[in-house]
Amino acid sequence: MGTAYTPPVADWWREPIERTEIWWIVLAFAWCIFMFVWMIGWHFVGPQNMSNETYRTTVDVYAAKVDAMTEKYTIRTDEATGEPVVAPPPGSDVYLAAMQWQYRPILELKKGEKYRLHISSYDVGHGFSLQPENINFQVYPGYEQVTTVTPNKTGIFAIACGEYCGGAGGIGHHSMLGRIYVKE
Amino acid sequence: MATTTSDFRVDPVSGLKIHRTANTLVKWNAVAAVVFLLVGGLFGLGVALTRMPSVQLLSPELFYLALTAHGLVNLVVWIIFFEMAVLYFLGAHVLGNRIATPRWAWAQFWLMLVGAALVAVAVLGGNSSVMMTSYPPLQAEPHFYLGLIIFAVGALIGCFVFLGTLVVAKREKTYQGSLPLVVFGGVTATVIAVFTLVSGAMILIPTFLWSVGLIGYIDPMMYRVIWWAFGHSSQQINVVAHISIWYLIASLVFGAKPMSEKVSRGAFLLYILFLQLGSAHHLLSDPGLTSAWKIFNTSYAIYLAVLASMIHGLTVPGSIELAQRRKGIDTGLFTWLRKAPWGNPVFSGMFLSLVGFGFIGGVTGVVMSVEQINMVIHNTMYLPGHFHGTLVVGTTMAFMAVTYWLIPVVFQRKIALAGMAKWQPYIFSLGAWVFSIALMGAGTLGVQRRHADITFAGQPLAYEYPEIAKGLMDLGEIFGVIMSVGAVMFIVVVLASIFTGERIAEDSAPWPKVEDADVVAERTGKKHVGMWGMEAPGTFVLAMILFATIVLYYFVNFKYLSTIWGLS
Ligand code: HEM
Ligand SMILES: [Cu+2]
Ligand SMILES: [Cu+2]
Repeated sequence: MGTAYTPPVADWWREPIERTEIWWIVLAFAWCIFMFVWMIGWHFVGPQNMSNETYRTTVDVYAAKVDAMTEKYTIRTDEATGEPVVAPPPGSDVYLAAMQWQYRPILELKKGEKYRLHISSYDVGHGFSLQPENINFQVYPGYEQVTTVTPNKTGIFAIACGEYCGGAGGIGHHSMLGRIYVKE
Repeated sequence: MATTTSDFRVDPVSGLKIHRTANTLVKWNAVAAVVFLLVGGLFGLGVALTRMPSVQLLSPELFYLALTAHGLVNLVVWIIFFEMAVLYFLGAHVLGNRIATPRWAWAQFWLMLVGAALVAVAVLGGNSSVMMTSYPPLQAEPHFYLGLIIFAVGALIGCFVFLGTLVVAKREKTYQGSLPLVVFGGVTATVIAVFTLVSGAMILIPTFLWSVGLIGYIDPMMYRVIWWAFGHSSQQINVVAHISIWYLIASLVFGAKPMSEKVSRGAFLLYILFLQLGSAHHLLSDPGLTSAWKIFNTSYAIYLAVLASMIHGLTVPGSIELAQRRKGIDTGLFTWLRKAPWGNPVFSGMFLSLVGFGFIGGVTGVVMSVEQINMVIHNTMYLPGHFHGTLVVGTTMAFMAVTYWLIPVVFQRKIALAGMAKWQPYIFSLGAWVFSIALMGAGTLGVQRRHADITFAGQPLAYEYPEIAKGLMDLGEIFGVIMSVGAVMFIVVVLASIFTGERIAEDSAPWPKVEDADVVAERTGKKHVGMWGMEAPGTFVLAMILFATIVLYYFVNFKYLSTIWGLS
């Protein structure tokens, strides 16, 4: 007399709750509260947090900023591609553009320094995916997100695309890359 | 509408009073579901063989096409057709009731079928490889969106037919008192479904108008916010549906009764109240939304939905333990589990779904929806790993398990190929578990999802993933093939049973019924069961293992997070 597929006894809401369940509910709820507090707490004590700084922009306005920065701070051409490598000074605003199908310009940053990294897209949605650090954000056209980044290792970092953005054959979402050099 | 007795039959297998028209509808929806699972599974196989670094089967064009098809067919078409069958079964069969407005129910079926066909034409045409999420400004052909809208309208009609059927049951007094728990679960799923489908319409209708040129611009951010109100909530329909099935199977196989109706119903209620806000966890790494918004929606709210899942995760096995103990298997911690019918795919499938969903889908889901942790897994292979751990390991396995029970009841046929059926849950779960875990490993090492070429061949700015990441992709996809074999075994058993299985005559002698555990306990005078002052100590220990896993995994991830570049 009593299954999950037959109606319950008439006064089911008065039946006492057994101990196994009570203990589990208390413990699970305490953990939920802990996770809530910790997530907020990490904003104050943790060094890795999502930025909240975003502006509306347009492709033209954003492209102008990217080009201005490239012109001002190009230090050499990249061996692999022959394209400019841009090294903005520590503390400055760095503009990175996602487009079908690459991230440009190629950047060079210094370890241990802070940069205000702006990211936006020239066409469809893309994903910023820094490898091998594995840091991932969405990137949209029309939105300019500013994250303060502090590289803590030197090396060559790739930016892969983390959101499907079209393409076919040898070029497309699967061939989309950018690069950041981090030096001492 | 007057009904006569011949509109009903009394089913010898389950003892249920079954409305013939309702039964036909359950059959057609279930068959459509299984056929689509086959189609979606084959696309999945193609996708898996492409993601295997040592095989890379499909060209990028075909890969993106197949992935769009796989996501839509399995996530949307297979699951929702099956859910329609489940809803009609709950509203009509379980309550000994007739289905309200059968014509509208047929409209549900045909609209969903036509919608799915339109989407299929669009996707197979090759110009709509936009993935199931179809984020603008990527654009598919108009009939892609139109098909989805028609499909959603059909599903919405199905929800109202179910609600109408409950009204009929109440009015014609086919049951007394409150709704049975599983039907209450069905109501929960339906409430969420209505919210979901309305959100889907809110975003897909403007997108359709945009695709035919009537609207100039769809904001990509706004699209994602509303799309995920649809995309996430729809996943919760699945969770509610498969949890209801767990409860149902616990009762069918063990004569189990919910440990506490109050707790289980309260947990369902938490889903209704809090889960929609949880869709924010898909937007944790998006620009333009504040942390306060993200944290409020994902933690204040989602953690109450998490709480609900944790509760069901204990109460379902707890009710089984209690039933076993009441029936006399009351020694030790886990004797009740060891002596469970592991050769019965209805049970083994259900229990594998329960454990796998908790430990694979559940543990990772809790951790990845932390705002900061999300940055180190967002849109990597971790995601497909996680959601095959919920959708395949959990939902699909549970739907398969209950199908083994439904075939004799609904199709009036015995299971053919019983030997294959017995092994199927193990093979499918083995494939799905390892597949999910290996993909999550690869994702932690940065491998992208939805990506046709892990080698970035021919790119001047080369990047090479660590060897171990590629190894994990190979391993995962090999188990993906095993999972596909498991899915095909299921489909073979289902089709063989409904076409060639031994018929169960309508007037054959009733099948022996599992006795309710509390009736047995009353007869044998077994009042107090369990140990340590707990009725289900074994389940409590299992729950503590789950708990420890979550806590450990949570801090491991924070440890890893603390080593990456500073971000603020
Ligand atoms: C039967 C065997 C299956 C195999 C071998 C398989 C394999 C895969 C693979 C390899 C991916 C691609 C990951 C990527 O590159 O992004 C994928 C994606 C996906 N799968 Fe499966 N899968 C199977 C079954 C299922 C089932 C039963 C469901 C749902 C109930 C499902 C839902 C999905 C979804 C929603 C995606 C994401 C598509 C997207 O990114 O748009 N899969 N699957
Ligand atoms: Cu891209
Ligand atoms: Cu991309």
